[in-house]
Amino acid sequence: MAEGFLKNEPVKTYLRPLEGWAALEIQELWRYQEVIYLLTWRDIKVRYKQAALGLTWVILQPLLVMVILSVVFGHLARLPSDGAPYPLFTFSGILPWQLFHTGVQRASISLVGNANLLTRVYFPRLSIPLATVLSSILDFFFSFLVFLGLMMFYGDFPTWRFLGVPLLIVLTSLTALGVGLWLSALNVQYRDVQHAIPFILQAWMFASPVAYSAQMVPHGIWQVLYGLNPMVGMIQGFRWSLLGGPPPGAALGLSVLAMLILLVSGMFYFKRMERTFADII
Amino acid sequence: MRGFPQDLVDEMSDVAIRLENLGKLYHLTGPAPRYSTLRDTLSGAFRKAFLEKKARRALREKQALWALRGVTFDVPHGSILGVIGRNGAGKTTLLKILARVTPPTEGYGEINGRVGSLLQVGTGFHHELTGRENIFLSGAILGMKRAEIQQRFDEIVDFAEIGPFLDTPVKRYSSGMYMRLAFSIAAHLEPEILLVDEVLAVGDAEFQRKCIGKMGDVAKEGRTVLFVSHNMSAILRLTQEAVVLDRGRVVLSAPTREAVDFYLSQKETGRGEYRWAADQGGRSPVPFIPLALRIRNPSGQTVDVVRSVEGFFVEVEYRLTAVTSGLRVGVRLQSIHGELILLSFDMDDPGLFESNSLRRPGHYLTRCEIPGDLLNEGRFVMGLSANAHRMKPFVEEEHVLTFTVDGAGAPGGQWAEHRAGLLRPRLKWQMETLE
Repeated sequence: MAEGFLKNEPVKTYLRPLEGWAALEIQELWRYQEVIYLLTWRDIKVRYKQAALGLTWVILQPLLVMVILSVVFGHLARLPSDGAPYPLFTFSGILPWQLFHTGVQRASISLVGNANLLTRVYFPRLSIPLATVLSSILDFFFSFLVFLGLMMFYGDFPTWRFLGVPLLIVLTSLTALGVGLWLSALNVQYRDVQHAIPFILQAWMFASPVAYSAQMVPHGIWQVLYGLNPMVGMIQGFRWSLLGGPPPGAALGLSVLAMLILLVSGMFYFKRMERTFADII
Repeated sequence: MRGFPQDLVDEMSDVAIRLENLGKLYHLTGPAPRYSTLRDTLSGAFRKAFLEKKARRALREKQALWALRGVTFDVPHGSILGVIGRNGAGKTTLLKILARVTPPTEGYGEINGRVGSLLQVGTGFHHELTGRENIFLSGAILGMKRAEIQQRFDEIVDFAEIGPFLDTPVKRYSSGMYMRLAFSIAAHLEPEILLVDEVLAVGDAEFQRKCIGKMGDVAKEGRTVLFVSHNMSAILRLTQEAVVLDRGRVVLSAPTREAVDFYLSQKETGRGEYRWAADQGGRSPVPFIPLALRIRNPSGQTVDVVRSVEGFFVEVEYRLTAVTSGLRVGVRLQSIHGELILLSFDMDDPGLFESNSLRRPGHYLTRCEIPGDLLNEGRFVMGLSANAHRMKPFVEEEHVLTFTVDGAGAPGGQWAEHRAGLLRPRLKWQMETLE
């Protein structure tokens, strides 16, 4: 029985001072997939363990946001909603936004929250923020069910465009991971980050088409600048997938590009910083 | 090692760990360098720009501490190596580098085989999760595969003796149960190289015996163990070779008995007195800063040798930097093999404790008299313990200095044989003639 553990990979490890940029070592992350899985599972389990309403919060949160946005922007400000009922319109934006928001929020404080692990045992540090982002996908599924209910309430039904949803979930999660990697690594050194996060996310939400339609942004250069926010294309994609209306097109392409830049730079930054985590956390 | 050419395997298996000139530098930026804020970095950069290069370097060196320097040694496969040294000698830093928790600042190291590190019991535990859940979580984080944990699950539970509480959140466990479960998981790890830091110091005596037994088994299975401990009897029992660290350097690498003797005598910086280095105190975030521990004979001289029949004084000099409530300062007396003989605090008297519940900042000297006709001849170890109610101990050093007790005039001295035992009190004997 010891064989499986001991002998499946003879490992040779080198201990060297850190210098410059490190390799990403994705294959190592793959080897530790069980740790990632268990950390994800722990995050989910622990989060709702002592909350009286438990999983109800996952459903309640987007619903409340939807009601607030519907009253303020749909009812009072009467913003256009690309032809769909405003509550559905804004909910289709809240879904990806919440996925991004929870992912970023949890990932950013994840390293500091797991300081006891970082200073005691080795495993790829990337698995910590990764697990938090994965655990927020579960929340997404519950909100998604609520959305489906709401949709049918308004007499609308899923179409073939729903096939785009899984891909969009992946893209949005990767965006959250990219941002989360930057912020979590920065937060180890500068605890200022965790105070700034609520404001960053709030500003970011207003810079994304959650409560309003992306069509309201003036065309031309403004649209391009706007599209640099990776959440713009993702949310437009979701909206198109769920409700129809204008397809995301170029905006999504631009957003994926922005996401990739964030993600890859975030990974390199994270890998560069991770070896010092235990010393400065 | 499936699929590997035999010669490569052979080449790999001669040493488990090879370290060459390993060093680790820590930068200390103040009494408690926990983390910096953006403002600190900015103001730091500003200050730097206006400081002379020379002054800057001086400042850097003053604030830097080599936790390890020039560490070179090899550990062959299948051996158990003890690592000994006083607090702050770099033992934990060494294990952290080997466990890849932190990188070295200089030098080179090579590890052949999978490493399991046990730098603290309960790594990866989450108090909201049940015992069962924590076994899987902690096991995985410590490097076990899920299938393996499943295989050993019953063994782990049996060893920890927590059967009925398997599905209770560990936050409801007693500390003993928690420790047993944590150790049990760790003890069932089966990496080729196991790094163990002082974890045997937990739990009751019965469980400690069990743990030491388990460690012995691990070694018999031919795995490599690096074992850090203050407990000289555990070191003597488990290891054949040991390295002695002092201020970050390896000062001796030798068979265990020799290393332990060296370590114990090396501590005699001043005869009968140990003074704590000033920087060690400055680093500590706690209000209690030990300054010196002394042994004095009845005529007031600081001595290394006391007489068994005479009694002697133990003095603790310390500084308190903040008002502290419920402080107690004590001495712990141990045999040279690590058995605790006694632990006694200045506030043991209930009346004294009441009247001294708050101690103001200042420079203090606490003296305790150890009566005559108590200790047998031989070497003894004096330690220091200072703590306040419900707080992490300020100081817990089992081994601060060693001293010798001379047996001249002790009871039973008329016989030439060595009298065994740690104590040698003058007991009252009566004899009656019955027939």
